[in-house]
Amino acid sequence: MKNIAPKLTSDQYEENFAEIHPPLTPNSATAEAQRCLYCYESPCMKACPTHIDISTFIKKIATGNVKGAAKTILQSNWIALTCAKACPVDVLCEGACVYNERQEPPIQIGKLQRFAMDSYFQKGMPPLFSPARKNGKSVAIIGAGPAGLACAAELAVMGYSVTMFEAKNMPGGLDTWGIAPYKVTQKDSLNEIKLVQSLGVDIKTNMRIGKDRGIDDLIQAYDAIFIGFGLGIASNLEIPGEDLDGVVDALDFIEKVTTREWTSVDVGRRVAVIGAGNTAIDAVTESRRLGAEQVMIIYRRSRTEMPAYDFEYELAANEGVFFHFLTAPVRIVGTKHVEAIECVKMRLGKSDEDGRRRPEPIPGSEFQIPVDMVIKSVGQNIEASFLSKIPGVKMSGGNVLVDPSSYQTGNPKFFAGGDCINGGKEVVNAAYDGKQAAHGIDNFLFGR
Amino acid sequence: MMESRPRTGSIISFLVGREDLMVDLSIDFAGIRSPNPFWLASAPPTNSSYQVCKAFEHGWGGAVWKTIGEPVMNVVNRYGAVDYNGQKILGINNIELISDRSVDVNLKEIAETKRLWPDRAVIVSLMVESKRETWHDIVQRTIDTGCDAIELNYGCPHGMSERGMGAAVGQVPEYCTMITEWVTEASTIPVLVKLTPNVADIRYPGRAAKKGGADGISLINTINTIMGVDLDTLELKPSIDGKGGHGGYAGPAVKPIALNMVSQLAVDSEIGLPISAMGGVSTWRDALEFILLGATSIQVCTAVMHYGFRIIDDMMEGMTNWMEEKGYSNLNEVRGKSLKCITDFGSLNLLYKAVARIDESKCIQCNLCTIACDDGAHQCIDVLPKPKEVNGSVLNLNQPQVREEDCVGCRLCFLVCPVDGCISMVRVDNGKETISWNELMRQLPQPVTWEALRQFQHKHGIEIH
Repeated sequence: MKNIAPKLTSDQYEENFAEIHPPLTPNSATAEAQRCLYCYESPCMKACPTHIDISTFIKKIATGNVKGAAKTILQSNWIALTCAKACPVDVLCEGACVYNERQEPPIQIGKLQRFAMDSYFQKGMPPLFSPARKNGKSVAIIGAGPAGLACAAELAVMGYSVTMFEAKNMPGGLDTWGIAPYKVTQKDSLNEIKLVQSLGVDIKTNMRIGKDRGIDDLIQAYDAIFIGFGLGIASNLEIPGEDLDGVVDALDFIEKVTTREWTSVDVGRRVAVIGAGNTAIDAVTESRRLGAEQVMIIYRRSRTEMPAYDFEYELAANEGVFFHFLTAPVRIVGTKHVEAIECVKMRLGKSDEDGRRRPEPIPGSEFQIPVDMVIKSVGQNIEASFLSKIPGVKMSGGNVLVDPSSYQTGNPKFFAGGDCINGGKEVVNAAYDGKQAAHGIDNFLFGR
Repeated sequence: MMESRPRTGSIISFLVGREDLMVDLSIDFAGIRSPNPFWLASAPPTNSSYQVCKAFEHGWGGAVWKTIGEPVMNVVNRYGAVDYNGQKILGINNIELISDRSVDVNLKEIAETKRLWPDRAVIVSLMVESKRETWHDIVQRTIDTGCDAIELNYGCPHGMSERGMGAAVGQVPEYCTMITEWVTEASTIPVLVKLTPNVADIRYPGRAAKKGGADGISLINTINTIMGVDLDTLELKPSIDGKGGHGGYAGPAVKPIALNMVSQLAVDSEIGLPISAMGGVSTWRDALEFILLGATSIQVCTAVMHYGFRIIDDMMEGMTNWMEEKGYSNLNEVRGKSLKCITDFGSLNLLYKAVARIDESKCIQCNLCTIACDDGAHQCIDVLPKPKEVNGSVLNLNQPQVREEDCVGCRLCFLVCPVDGCISMVRVDNGKETISWNELMRQLPQPVTWEALRQFQHKHGIEIH
């Protein structure tokens, strides 16, 4: 990269990456918990993808039974701390809170859940669940992200021997490597992993199935296998100049930032992020926080079609991110390093199959924006070559096809959940998939 | 109704149940066994086998069936409530009568419920007219259901008392003894007497119950109240076709009254009976307070009427967690542990001195302590200027500070402060010397004079302004 943005002081980095949603104090948590109406079969519970019994855990915070609150939460969701901090609560639980109907601020469910889970981890994770006696069955889990961890924990409690295989050197998947550090820290994710390990789950890191150990070997050795390896391959822009120095993939970039080794992550003075999903927003705001002077999003459709949540857009816009809507990159310009990005203006034509209006280039509207760094955030694809080695496993629309209630794939011994079946959703969806798949596996092995 | 719950919850609940076995919540109340101390009080939640069975499924340890007996007929608008600062039902008042379903129907459902739930305590509350034969008859029919015990309702302050039952019995110790005798002479199962708090001294009806042969005492029943007046209609709240009257008050607001009465019976040397305590129990914390003051079982009504049977989950779990944390393995180790702290005013240490101290780092400059001390207490909080930047402009705020040499230690500022841990009461005496009023009166010439008292205070550095 040619124009690397000057490094900041360590104080500046810490300030820039401080939590954007600081925790509740015990005083404010109790007051907020007492404000909860303790609804029965509550709308917030129905809105939560894992159906946490929210009003019950909040009632427990109100009575001072914070350990019990953590138990209620974990009974439905093993990835409770990450979800508390990373869930888009505005569109899930808090968006469904009955207070909205009264034109009053909803209960801060995310923050209360975080309060309960922080307290639980601070107290050193006192045991809440005693795993059942071993049932003699063993399950392998490929990928130690939220789906795999949830599946592992649920199976371990039911009495299964569970072994997880993780390609990276630390477990947690995108919880560990893919969430902006001002939302969730690696420590949060690693605490959740410790909880899963405390139930007897064995996690083997630096172990890529298909390379370090064969899939046939797993089929031989385990009674069932859960695939929770997410999406592996970042999509390319498929435009000239993509191999120039200064073009990086958003998830690779975010991964480096999660380590909190700020000075080791180079960022250009002028950064363009291609795409407008939530990952793109993370990448662009993180660039800003690392010291980039000009940061922008380039997106071929308009704000209405933008996949990022409104609150993510507001966050980026407030931090000085410029949004080039109806703009598509056609070429990255430069000899060795990125020097500019050439774009074309777009207009919206007829609706696609998915209902979104298809963007069409406006002929002759090409223009160049001088930039030093291009971050690609246009989605990920699944590693289909690996799956093709498993007989019976079928794909649909780029995702692994599973039965929606049992999470069983076309091969009865294989189950799957998380991003690899939904194309990339929230942590909370992965947590639910993994837990439900555990029961799918249990039904399969014991004919229940 | 339960179908929309997450399907998988039950498996973990089962596992959690095993975990909880480390602490034993079970009780033996005069021979009535119950897996935990939480009983539903005799009230609307125990009106039918549907409700009691549902409560047992949720985990309740016992239930006192809604009082059965004389034929009655209810009116509508039976409840009134006091809300406070946005919190609903600080207290609830009712004029609902005893069960308005026949004795036959109730006894059949009681027998069925007990058959289905042999490990839970099923106690039947009774109220009939004051005739020995009538009591003998209903006692025998009640025992025939297989229930564990009988509770005599001497408490209801409304309706039934106008017909010479309920509180009309509980307020006259002689009646209380007489009817208790009629029941205990006929009963082969334990008999609890439920007392009304609408008396001058709860110990007299308590002793009367003991004299009549009771095996245990339940208290408190509801307190006589009028809930309010509607300022538009000028009618009472609630209004029954324009009229109303006093009802029985219950809920969180009455807890301190109940705690006092329970402890009075618990420390009374003439009584010595197990106590089933109730009155505003909403959480495990409330329940523990009653147990620490001598209760064996805990009865709950208002909290269930507000939130449903599901509250038992937090009650058992919170109590278990507390016991684990404090190192108790069963409730016998907890029961009555705080009774030793109860004493007369005349025995309190006059030389114990504590003053209020404000932690400035936590203070939010609301100055509620300042005004409370200045107008409602002893004028010992000073304010110091505290410049503070608020949204760009510097405001000259007031920082309260206690003048400790003048602080009488009344604790009012501590109570009004809205920030946890900001004001604390700090002990400042050396803890070596103690003297109570009673002891002091034995030392000083009697009758004591203001001057003699002043000299004693001066000697100990106590100045009254």
